[in-house]
Amino acid sequence: MADTAANGPVLAADGSPLKRSLGRALRRQKLRALALVAPLLIFVLITFIFPIASMLFRSVQNDIVSNTLPYTVQALANWDASTGDLPPEQVFEAMYFDMFLAAEAKRHTRLGTRLNYEQTGVSSLFRQSGRKLDDLGKDIEKPMNRLNAAWKDGETWYSIFDAGTDSADTQLLQVQRNRVAALTDGPASGDVNFAPSAAMAQALPTATRAYTAWAVYTATQDGKDPATTDPWEALPVALVHDLKTADLSGLNGPAVDLLTELQAANIEMPTFAGFFADMDEDWATATPWQTIQTHSGIYTSGYFLNAVDAQKTPEGIAWQPEDKQILLTLFVRTLIMSLAITGSCILLGYPIAWLLANLPMRQANVLLILVLLPFWTSLLVRTSAWKVMLQQQGVINDVLVWIGLVDDAERLIMINNQFGTIVAMTHILLPFMILPMYSVMQTIPPSYLRAAKSLGATNWTAFWRVYFPQSVPGIGAGSILVFILAIGYYITPEIVGGTKGVFISNRIAYHISSSLNWGLAAALGSILLAAVLILYWAYDRIVGIDNVKLG
Amino acid sequence: MADSATKQAFVEFERVQKSYDGETLVVKDLNLSLPQGEFLTMLGPSGSGKTTCLMMLAGFETATHGDIRLDGVSINNIPPHKRGIGMVFQNYALFPHMTVAENLSFPLEVRKMGKSEREEKIMRALGMVQMQDFAGRRPTQLSGGQQQRIALARALVFEPELVLMDEPLGALDKQLRETLQFEITRLAHDLGITTVYVTHDQTEALTMSDRVAVFDDGRIQQLAPPDKLYEEPQNSFVAQFIGENNTLDGVVKEINNGVALVQLDGGDIIDAKPINVSKPGERTRVSIRPERVEMNKDRLNPDAHTLKAEVLEFVYMGDIFRTRLRVAGVDDFIIKTRNAPDQARLKPGEQIEIGWMAEDCRALDA
Repeated sequence: MADTAANGPVLAADGSPLKRSLGRALRRQKLRALALVAPLLIFVLITFIFPIASMLFRSVQNDIVSNTLPYTVQALANWDASTGDLPPEQVFEAMYFDMFLAAEAKRHTRLGTRLNYEQTGVSSLFRQSGRKLDDLGKDIEKPMNRLNAAWKDGETWYSIFDAGTDSADTQLLQVQRNRVAALTDGPASGDVNFAPSAAMAQALPTATRAYTAWAVYTATQDGKDPATTDPWEALPVALVHDLKTADLSGLNGPAVDLLTELQAANIEMPTFAGFFADMDEDWATATPWQTIQTHSGIYTSGYFLNAVDAQKTPEGIAWQPEDKQILLTLFVRTLIMSLAITGSCILLGYPIAWLLANLPMRQANVLLILVLLPFWTSLLVRTSAWKVMLQQQGVINDVLVWIGLVDDAERLIMINNQFGTIVAMTHILLPFMILPMYSVMQTIPPSYLRAAKSLGATNWTAFWRVYFPQSVPGIGAGSILVFILAIGYYITPEIVGGTKGVFISNRIAYHISSSLNWGLAAALGSILLAAVLILYWAYDRIVGIDNVKLG
Repeated sequence: MADSATKQAFVEFERVQKSYDGETLVVKDLNLSLPQGEFLTMLGPSGSGKTTCLMMLAGFETATHGDIRLDGVSINNIPPHKRGIGMVFQNYALFPHMTVAENLSFPLEVRKMGKSEREEKIMRALGMVQMQDFAGRRPTQLSGGQQQRIALARALVFEPELVLMDEPLGALDKQLRETLQFEITRLAHDLGITTVYVTHDQTEALTMSDRVAVFDDGRIQQLAPPDKLYEEPQNSFVAQFIGENNTLDGVVKEINNGVALVQLDGGDIIDAKPINVSKPGERTRVSIRPERVEMNKDRLNPDAHTLKAEVLEFVYMGDIFRTRLRVAGVDDFIIKTRNAPDQARLKPGEQIEIGWMAEDCRALDA
């Protein structure tokens, strides 16, 4: 039996390999253990891991540019931004039609806001231009309608572009469906009662594409039948633009006459570049185009660069202008202040924990309740109490003035600065330091100190060489707890921190709720998370996480 | 010990009292003196005050009243670290964050000893307990017995003249305890150090000590060498506490020539040696060791009183037989007989007659 080990795998009594038997026997146990943790696991996944992951994902997500301006991004791909020249006419053309659809879907302002994070002024440029896009179409509609009143009628347009019994360009239809879906963050499926004619797509590509996009949008988003609806002002622009160069000879059908007539009329229209320059002179500079091109990727490092006071430029990564550099300072400040808070918690908490661990049970329990008392009071109340205590007309200053230590005119500034934050947060986080220290100290028998003294050590030597080293795991556990809590603290610095004593979390909250720059907030949060994990790792390497005891 | 100078008291307790709460005395009027080189054991049930005495000697508790002297000097106001007393604790109290060598080095470092001198002393101390190979280990990597050896070495490494041990073998198994008992006594005698040893294990006390102080209720009930303690207990507490013992209650009838006649509560008359009784009419509790009870009438004095007894139980224990009898209305009278070829094996229900030499039966306080 035992000698089988030498000849091959050890076998169980039924002849199957022992390893497999053992695995089978353990599987049941594992499944049961998994079933026990499953409810919590699912709860945590749904309410914690998944939302945080999706939130943090926003720090790199950037598909809004290519979703809103797909053809512009395509046209800009080959443009060399670093020369400082304006992009070619095709870019302006693509921009006009992309922007028109986005403006109809009211999505262009969102893109403006996104790009404004990278280049100030883009937001208002987009918003204002969105209102003026119609002007070009109206200038062209008038001569068209004078030429032939049929152009006023939506059915005329439908009859021109709809494939009817001819072959249809289904691929174009699908592309436009996807485009509308991406733009509106919703599905663009369902019957649109329209199929672009393949012949028209060949002869009049811009116009057919614009009409298809319009038809899909009208049918899926507005719920109207494109056959009976009057098209947008962008379509005359597209048609007249196409007819400048189109060859109509290959076409047939009733629409050909109309088109030939229109082509012959040769309605005057400005270049798209000229029109954009007319709308806003900023379009005639390279800057907005550089911004769009630089940030056209689906994923971006832009938010992370912003989070460390840098930005992406056509020339590469560069620091933000000095007056906008605040985040790195804030990170460093958060780190230093958290360390200061951790340090003062150790200094204040250690004697208390020692006392707790060495007092008789009854008195220790009373003291422990006093330590825990703050937990029974709302965090907001405690922080507000510090506001009352520390402000210039507050209790502490009043007392100092009253006993004559401080002149009435020179009351100490103890709040709305780093001092206030450190004092209030030390108070609030102190129990998190005391409790782990206490539970570790409780396990150190008093006989160690006695032994040290009987061996000839003075009180101090006995403490420092024998007691203290054994209490270090408690300090470690308390420090990790306090530091990690402090580094992400929000309410207290918000209330007592003023401008000088706020943490990075206050900035994150600002970007989440006020500036709505969620990408930057997510990037800041990710950096904070990474910093904590790195510090944790470093702590593990230096102190050893095995040395941390919570009891 | 032959030298008269060493006979002089080295450790002295004089009228020492100790109270923790101001209402009850844990130690009541303790007087004790031991000469240099003596191995004294404080034996007693828990709560008898023996550990408190040890802690007062070590300096971790202060005496409420009285004087404790070490080598003629009062140490009441000397802090523990200046007393120079080695101490071995019940749970060993080896510093877990230091290696064995560092543990031993600690008392030498605080005495500002040079490195080479320290190393030499550490190796010598480890040698004394045969633990030289374990210098680099952590206490947690050692077994209980090894830890106790290291604790002993640590208490001896700085060459104290007095070593205190607070139930040092309490946590060890029986066999290891016996080995270490022997080692500790040997070391103490070889090094000529004075030892105060606290235990509640009477076997330990009897086998190790020069003298044993039996504690109860905050007082020393008897201070005597082990043999005297066993054979001549001064009162019924000591008689009960040390070894196995039979007791019978009665009243003294008369005392003649150092022999007392005691009438038991059942009416029988027995012979006893008066210890704590002086005149007829006093109530007394007589005490007799199970192995001193005689069943063979031929070996007793012809005029000795005997008692009728009924065998209730017979237990074969290998080297001895242990028989439980009903005697004078008491159901737990034990006798022990050697397993000799001629020794009868009694059966339950058998009626026998027992007696003893008057000097083996001690009439103590009631």
